[in-house]
Amino acid sequence: MKESSNLSFSEQSLQKVKEILSRYPQGKEKSALLPLLHMAEAEFGGWLSPEVMDYVATILNIQPIEVYEVATFYSMFNLKPTGKYVLEVCRTGPCCLRGAENLLDKIEEKLGIKVGETSADGLFTLKTVECLASCGTAPMMQVGDKYYENLNEENIETVLQSFRNN
Amino acid sequence: MGKKLLFKHIDVPGIKDFTVYRSKNGYEAVEKALKTMSPDEVQEEVKKSGLRGRGGAGFPAGMKWSFLDRKSDKPRYLVCNADESEPGTFKDRYLIEHIPHLLVEGMILSSYALGANTSYIYVRGEMKTPIKILENAISEAYANGFLGKNILGTSYSLDLYVQPGGGAYICGEETALLESLEGKRGNPRMKPPFPAISGLYGSPTVVNNVETISAVVPIINDGGDAYAQIGIGKSTGTKLISACGNINKPGVYEIELGLPVEEFIFSDEYCGGIWKNKRLKAVVPGGSSVPILPAELILKTLQGEPRLMSYESLSDGGFASGSMLGSGGFIVFDEDACIVRNTWNFSRFYHHESCGQCSPCREGTGWMEKVLHRIENGHGNERDIDLLVEVAKKIEGNTICPLGDAAAWPVASAIRHFREEFEWHIREPKESMKRNYGIREKSILGA
Repeated sequence: MKESSNLSFSEQSLQKVKEILSRYPQGKEKSALLPLLHMAEAEFGGWLSPEVMDYVATILNIQPIEVYEVATFYSMFNLKPTGKYVLEVCRTGPCCLRGAENLLDKIEEKLGIKVGETSADGLFTLKTVECLASCGTAPMMQVGDKYYENLNEENIETVLQSFRNN
Repeated sequence: MGKKLLFKHIDVPGIKDFTVYRSKNGYEAVEKALKTMSPDEVQEEVKKSGLRGRGGAGFPAGMKWSFLDRKSDKPRYLVCNADESEPGTFKDRYLIEHIPHLLVEGMILSSYALGANTSYIYVRGEMKTPIKILENAISEAYANGFLGKNILGTSYSLDLYVQPGGGAYICGEETALLESLEGKRGNPRMKPPFPAISGLYGSPTVVNNVETISAVVPIINDGGDAYAQIGIGKSTGTKLISACGNINKPGVYEIELGLPVEEFIFSDEYCGGIWKNKRLKAVVPGGSSVPILPAELILKTLQGEPRLMSYESLSDGGFASGSMLGSGGFIVFDEDACIVRNTWNFSRFYHHESCGQCSPCREGTGWMEKVLHRIENGHGNERDIDLLVEVAKKIEGNTICPLGDAAAWPVASAIRHFREEFEWHIREPKESMKRNYGIREKSILGA
């Protein structure tokens, strides 16, 4: 196994890792992979670099490839750096019935970027995602932990401004 | 007003908290079960209730439990499927956010019945707020002696954990979910063996939906017979319906099974009718996977009977003229909705979410997306409609898991019921880019 970099979770996170590992039977600690990847992404800059994935592999004592194949399978994990705020706009049918496509056009216009791009000031990355189980409050987007629901071409401006003001 | 079982106390302020939940008869079912009933007796009540899987398949829950290999010397597991990702479905998220202890209580009852001492709730990774709410409810349950060692002083012990997913629709399929819970890609497993024999870590496992597990609480409180008296025929009890699309009042409604579809759509108690005073064009009644039905067929069966919100009535007529109750994701389309665009949208979704394991699904979903995209964008040709039907047929039934069927059905049913709208897109490409096809004036019933 190659020497890993100097990456390390904070002391507090390491305690959390220990607690997570205890949730599974002995020998089945690989089950902690998804929870750990979520933690790693949050702690190491919002994306999973190869170094970060290798670090997670060493914690779980598994091969790096076992981490890569999982990280690339699940759409939640960012495999390249993102802007400070990642706007994940739902583009699935029920949201589109209530104006998601126009909303997306509006956001692209307001931010001057297309889906998949990051704004020049590094503040926003715009993504589309599939159904987030919020169809009753469509259209919507997720930013970080939070759902922004019942969006329209008017109130989206206020939402974007609130990020700029932060 | 229909009877409320799961949402009886949902509007009580603070019901998220243990003390408030407890003051509304919360955890009394656990007390009753653990102190006065054997695990088999709990299972028996669930069998008697006629409760059917609320995730979409509608398989009798008690029967699913009875398949669990109880002779195995391996530990048994209960895994709750909270990976809600079927487009149009948002009932489980709503339940967890508003009344998390109901799910925790249901997990304790169900784990006890199955003899599981470790259980997991696999929640969609994106649902970070629900995860926090649920984790908080679980710690409250531990603190009050309803989880952990020797619950309520009995010999029964249970540890309950929340496991976040990573944003993959396929993990709603139970064996993909188990793979994911083991820290792997969510590739569905070949069956048999079924999870009841070899599931999580190769151990006997039951996977149930959030709503199914929550329904065990009223079943134990009031008895399986009382539950079975609600509803209609083999569709017993209540069902959470998440209504969305072009209606006045989108939201999650608990209905007694058997409610007329027309009442559900047009009554102010539920969807409140079609928005903007428009007319009803179509409905996908059970999540994006189930067949779409035009207005005339969602309101009445081919025989002219009023269509009811039940497993049997919604599937009356088979796929020729019926659909499915599915997950209860009720998507309503108004007269201006474009069926071709929506079908393309759903196909793109399934292509995106195919795990790639089986070639009919991996390739077929991509072809369907591509062909639908060109029809929607004015480049379709007259062979495309038959081509879509052909591809859908070749996916259906030819894959390890039901995602292939789920991708094929929306396409096949849209063409079955709205073929002329597809033909119009191909015949009038320029016109179809400018306006929507609208609503068909001639009903199938009169045709």
